[in-house]
Amino acid sequence: MMTIRRYLAAALCVATVTLFPAITVAQRRSGPDPIGAAHRLAPTLTRPASAERAPDADGFIQRWLVLEPIRIQIRSNAQLNDSFVQKTVKAEYFNNQYAVIPRDRDKVTVNGIELMWHAIDTSTYHVNLYHFARALNKPAFNILFWAVTIVDCPEEIRDVRLAVGSNAASIWWVDGREVIGIYGDRHMVIDDGVSRRLSLKRGQNVVRCAVLNSPGVSDICARFLDAEHKPVKGFIVNLEDAAR
Amino acid sequence: MNFRYSAAVVLALVSAAFALDGQIGIHDPSTVMLCDGKYYTFGTGGSSLVSDDGWTWSRGVAPGRRGMAPDVIHIGDRYYMYVAANIGGQPKAAVNMISNRTLDPDSPEYKWEEGGVVASSDGIEDCNAIDPGVFLDPNDGRLWLVYGSYFGYIRLVELNPRTGKRLNPDDQPRDIAINCEASAIIYRDGWYYLLATHGSCCRGTDSGYNIRVGRSRKVTGPFLDNMGIDMIKGGGKLFLGSSGRVVGPGHFGLLDLEDGVQKFSCHYEADLDRGGASVLDIRPLLWKDGWPVAGENVREGTYEIESVRTGTALELAVEGVPVGGRLRMPGMPGGGSGIFGGTGGIIPPQDVTQVSQNWPAGNIDLRLSNYMLQAQQKWTIAPVADAGGYPGSPYFKITIAGTDRALAATDEAELVAVPAFTGAPEQLWRIEQLTDGAYRIMPKAVPNTREALAISAVGSSFATLARFDPGGDRQRWYLNTP
Amino acid sequence: MKALSVFPTLLIALIAAVMVNFAAVPEPSGRSPENAARGPAPTLTRPATPVKDPDGEGFIRRWLILEPIGANGLTQSVVQAAVRREYFPKQFTIIPRDGEKVQIEGSDLTWHAVDTSLHNINLYHFAYALSKPTSNVLFWAVTVIDCSRELKDVRLAIGSNAASVWWVNGKEVIGIYGDRQSVIDDGVSKRLTLKKGPNVVRCAVVNGGGATDFCARFLDKDDAPVKSFTVNLG
Repeated sequence: MMTIRRYLAAALCVATVTLFPAITVAQRRSGPDPIGAAHRLAPTLTRPASAERAPDADGFIQRWLVLEPIRIQIRSNAQLNDSFVQKTVKAEYFNNQYAVIPRDRDKVTVNGIELMWHAIDTSTYHVNLYHFARALNKPAFNILFWAVTIVDCPEEIRDVRLAVGSNAASIWWVDGREVIGIYGDRHMVIDDGVSRRLSLKRGQNVVRCAVLNSPGVSDICARFLDAEHKPVKGFIVNLEDAAR
Repeated sequence: MNFRYSAAVVLALVSAAFALDGQIGIHDPSTVMLCDGKYYTFGTGGSSLVSDDGWTWSRGVAPGRRGMAPDVIHIGDRYYMYVAANIGGQPKAAVNMISNRTLDPDSPEYKWEEGGVVASSDGIEDCNAIDPGVFLDPNDGRLWLVYGSYFGYIRLVELNPRTGKRLNPDDQPRDIAINCEASAIIYRDGWYYLLATHGSCCRGTDSGYNIRVGRSRKVTGPFLDNMGIDMIKGGGKLFLGSSGRVVGPGHFGLLDLEDGVQKFSCHYEADLDRGGASVLDIRPLLWKDGWPVAGENVREGTYEIESVRTGTALELAVEGVPVGGRLRMPGMPGGGSGIFGGTGGIIPPQDVTQVSQNWPAGNIDLRLSNYMLQAQQKWTIAPVADAGGYPGSPYFKITIAGTDRALAATDEAELVAVPAFTGAPEQLWRIEQLTDGAYRIMPKAVPNTREALAISAVGSSFATLARFDPGGDRQRWYLNTP
Repeated sequence: MKALSVFPTLLIALIAAVMVNFAAVPEPSGRSPENAARGPAPTLTRPATPVKDPDGEGFIRRWLILEPIGANGLTQSVVQAAVRREYFPKQFTIIPRDGEKVQIEGSDLTWHAVDTSLHNINLYHFAYALSKPTSNVLFWAVTVIDCSRELKDVRLAIGSNAASVWWVNGKEVIGIYGDRQSVIDDGVSKRLTLKKGPNVVRCAVVNGGGATDFCARFLDKDDAPVKSFTVNLG
């Protein structure tokens, strides 16, 4: 039923515009850059109002820098296989794309289009990228999102695993090392993709991801699990003091 | 946790079975005992078998008293053996106890001491006091002996757990079953189970031996079968009968390996692959709806390895190709009859030599994925000769079907598929059926650690090695016929 | 190990090779030089009442049993041949009286009316108490159940150690073979009708070695025991 789901997704798009009038009103009022006028990006997303943010009770990271979506030609959901995702994500879209720690509202130019980084907090365990794109009046289908966050640890934490879910395919890096790739037209499930054991060093650790989506909703969630599969919560997210 | 036997049952029809290795000829084996790292069992007539790993066995040393169908228990620092002898002609018989600090004849402490008669029959009463089975109640530490053989009743007497002797010789034995033999009591989850052997022994392939079971809330019975028939009226739910290439299982003995892994020993009256000889076997003990069920040791074959935790299948982390090739969409160049119309013919199984051409030549990571009948998801499990084993089974290699790409443990306690099987310990796998019918899969060794680890689902799409947790589903796997 | 019945086979070889403290194991029937009766069987008594009800589970507890006849073999063909051989006149129809005798191969064998205190008839007790052989024997037993009304769609349900063949009102309804133990409802007939009045239930039980017994009851169409009859051997 995946092909049929494409049409359902289009219908969902229409329905969403109806369901979130506040967003569309904000967009009409404030034009292409709604953020200056409205702090509330989307039902679940807000602009950070504090210097740092602890993970939630289940260890999920709730603060991210997300780049406005890059349009990608995706012929069908079936195209989101391993090789397509790897090849697409690993094209160079902007300078220093695997290392940059942008500031909120930094801009990059991709294929002649200016795209902005947005710092966001999510009120839920996951980041709804569909909300994010729609609120910014950006395309929500056939797109690539880049997101990055900084996990600040008071001490080294060994033998943890990054555990993510994404809709749809995604690739993840921790401190520059690729640790997870999950492919296909998949739905976001907690702890769907899990890295091998890794160490979070004392201080700042960079978690980065690229998410490819065809039609339909798009979101991510991420946390670290310890050796007993329990959520790691002994860190904070601080995007302000990140070394850039 | 679901309970599945289907894969094993189906495969039994198509794949080779593995009995134990080495010298395994024995009749009426005792409960298998572990002593100082070696496994021991004792049979009728002073026979005994010993094994370093529970898979390869050799002849052992006769115990201090030769007799019929001994049973052994380890309590405190002593091993108590109960062994029957005729005292004039059955059903006039007696059960004697002997004890030892060790079962290892090479130990300086090895010395059998006579403990005297703990039960007997006078030749007229409705009992033949042979075939002892000893049971230590985990609830209250009381020690019990069941005995008897066909002639009348199976009887129960209480023993002194500090001495192994009869607690009170004047107590009247209790009748708890009739017309069977080789009885044993085990306990689980509030129930006492009486396992006993029905049918005839000692007739080779004509032996009707079969193991039956009843259960009771009290150790003293009544032991009722699944139809409510008391074993003292001949009841008994079938636990294990003849099947495959073996005839006449009898003499149940529990081998509890802890961590939720239970096995049982028995002998078959006739193993067709060994010329109809009477041999020892060790098999998984499963539980379903409050009843013990005889499991199957893993058989050679090709399987999907499905995580109980996630329902996803262990696969090579390579890009899968749909079975039959990618669908050609209607209206597109080369389009066929539409997405629901099929090809009009039979789609053959995926050809691994074809789809593997794009796989990396070296090591390949492992992951979990929705099972889609694809080549990177089908594993051939095959025994490895001369690589040792564990109670009931040899070590196996696990390779992608049709290839030599072998599952291995890494020095970081992760999983990888190496290009070719070399026989290294991290490529050898211990595969054991758990009490719920799922399997635990453990490498023989993991580089850099001596910890025993098992394949574990971590998240929905990744597998690693981790300590086995009997209370959860992470390290439970189904072996499904692909 | 079922040493009693199988000793001549594997165990002889197995044990003879390694055992030093075992005596030879004669058949139970041969272990006593006595010829006289050995006193009453623990579970069997001579009927003291004109009629006997089935027990709470429908088991028939009163039978006429003939002292054992020698017989060898438990396979289907051997047992069928054994029970079809004519041992005495009217052997498939006779309703003997307690104490009545028949002559078989020159020996007088007596029919005994017995009540059992259990659900089963312990034929080992029966024979042993009479100083008769218990191994390699064939027992004939018969009873008469008296129904106050016709009972349709019932089944005879029996257990026996070892093989046995059963008849109801002269029709063979059950045959179970091999060296088996007595299990409640082991052999069950097809549906049959018990007529109003007397119905004759007859069996022949063949034993190899060791214990020997049988039990019998009728089950209704719901597999519940039939108890609405009496046994009257009058």
